[in-house]
Amino acid sequence: MSRLRVNWIACEAHGMCAELLPERITLDDWGYPIIDERPIPPELEAHARRAVEACPTFALALEKGRAR
Amino acid sequence: VSVTAPPTTLPRLLAGMSGSGPLPLTRHLEIHGPLPAFARRRGDSALALVNELERSGLRGRGGAAFPTATKVTAVAAARGRAIVVANGCEGEPVSLKDRLLLERLPHLVIDGALVAAHAVGAADILLTVDESATRAVHATDGALRERLELTRGGPHIQLVTVPSGYVTGQESAILNFLGGGPAKPMAMPTPIYQRGLKGRPTLVSNAETLAHIALIARHGGAWFRALGADSAPGSMLVTMGGAVGYPGVFEIETGTHLDSLIHAAGGPTQELQAFLIGGYAGTWVSADLGSGLALSPEGLYEAGASLGSGVVFALPQSACAVSEVAFVARWLSDQSAGQCGPCVHGLGAVASALEQVRGGTAGEGALAHIDRWASLASGRGACTHPDGAARFIVSATRVFAAELADHARRGPCSGCLQQQHLPTSRSPTRRAA
Repeated sequence: MSRLRVNWIACEAHGMCAELLPERITLDDWGYPIIDERPIPPELEAHARRAVEACPTFALALEKGRAR
Repeated sequence: VSVTAPPTTLPRLLAGMSGSGPLPLTRHLEIHGPLPAFARRRGDSALALVNELERSGLRGRGGAAFPTATKVTAVAAARGRAIVVANGCEGEPVSLKDRLLLERLPHLVIDGALVAAHAVGAADILLTVDESATRAVHATDGALRERLELTRGGPHIQLVTVPSGYVTGQESAILNFLGGGPAKPMAMPTPIYQRGLKGRPTLVSNAETLAHIALIARHGGAWFRALGADSAPGSMLVTMGGAVGYPGVFEIETGTHLDSLIHAAGGPTQELQAFLIGGYAGTWVSADLGSGLALSPEGLYEAGASLGSGVVFALPQSACAVSEVAFVARWLSDQSAGQCGPCVHGLGAVASALEQVRGGTAGEGALAHIDRWASLASGRGACTHPDGAARFIVSATRVFAAELADHARRGPCSGCLQQQHLPTSRSPTRRAA
């Protein structure tokens, strides 16, 4: 299963990801994403991919398999 | 050169240190003996070296305590010619150990870097030193000149001075700088052991870790772990600061009880309030709980602390903990490289809220906000600066809960006007050439 990974230097708090994947992403007081670290189940995979593609700064990635 | 028997007691790393200048190469060799042939020869011996590191149980002394043999093995196994980076960029104001090693015992660190290079098959070593640590820079430079003959034919060693800064010591910041960028952390899409500097497998090792490697290569892994706690064996350098008779760097066995360290440092000069263990990325522990703790992973686990970079700071009862924590929180926020939102906004908000609590002007729920903002910053950055700052702040809100609540209600106390105990910059004498 895949996991979400944020490039925190690239992230500019547009918040698109939280709109598109509320099951796994919420926003902090300044609009930066708080990622639920659990792996993305197959039924959320398409939504996760859409969130990744919608990020204006390419700061969100969906990594295959285990992180690291 | 006389044959040197391995020392059975302490000091190990700090053996022979005297006077004020760096230990000359001749004295270094008299005390420790030359590096054994197997630590220099090419070929299968690299494996023997990794085995000794494995046997030693050495863990990194830069703060993360990662098993050294695992890291070395990963770098050695990665595709491409490896590079070794010695991390001598100690930016922690309460830690002095790496600076001491480079200032006084540079040959030990250089030996360790050579051994590490051999173990991972590297032809290049970059010795990075904080540029403001001028004595360390001069001593390391002098040591390299002293051994020009000795190192001919071996890996190429280069001394690189790196701009000062707290986050500069983060390994990706060093790699960023060495690669021609600013000395700021960067996102590393691939692990550094696979693709670090110039896209090559890179071993970044702390100066003290390398000094231990230098002795393990000479005396073996079994010798190393004859001292210290089983889970993190050997000796370690500790910077003991605060209200003790003789603050400074001590070499202790891991597992030593905190009260014996304090005794060795001349005992407390005042009644103590709390200990900061692990530096500004570390954990506050009350004095009652702290003095009985063993300085080992298990010993500190019960207090939610870890050895970190080996800092123990004793805060006296007379100090205002709220002021100390507020000052350091502001400093930590200022040390952010300013690249990642959660760090910039989170640490900034925490620092402001702590200042308001200190002044008695914070609104309802400020303490809960501090806890939440700090916890949320952790794990959400390109480097581990927010994680460390969060540990410092969250543990402070637990240990100093009563003091914080008191300030929030009543404003500044008499201790608030005292001079700050925790340093937020290095003393000018050490910065001078």
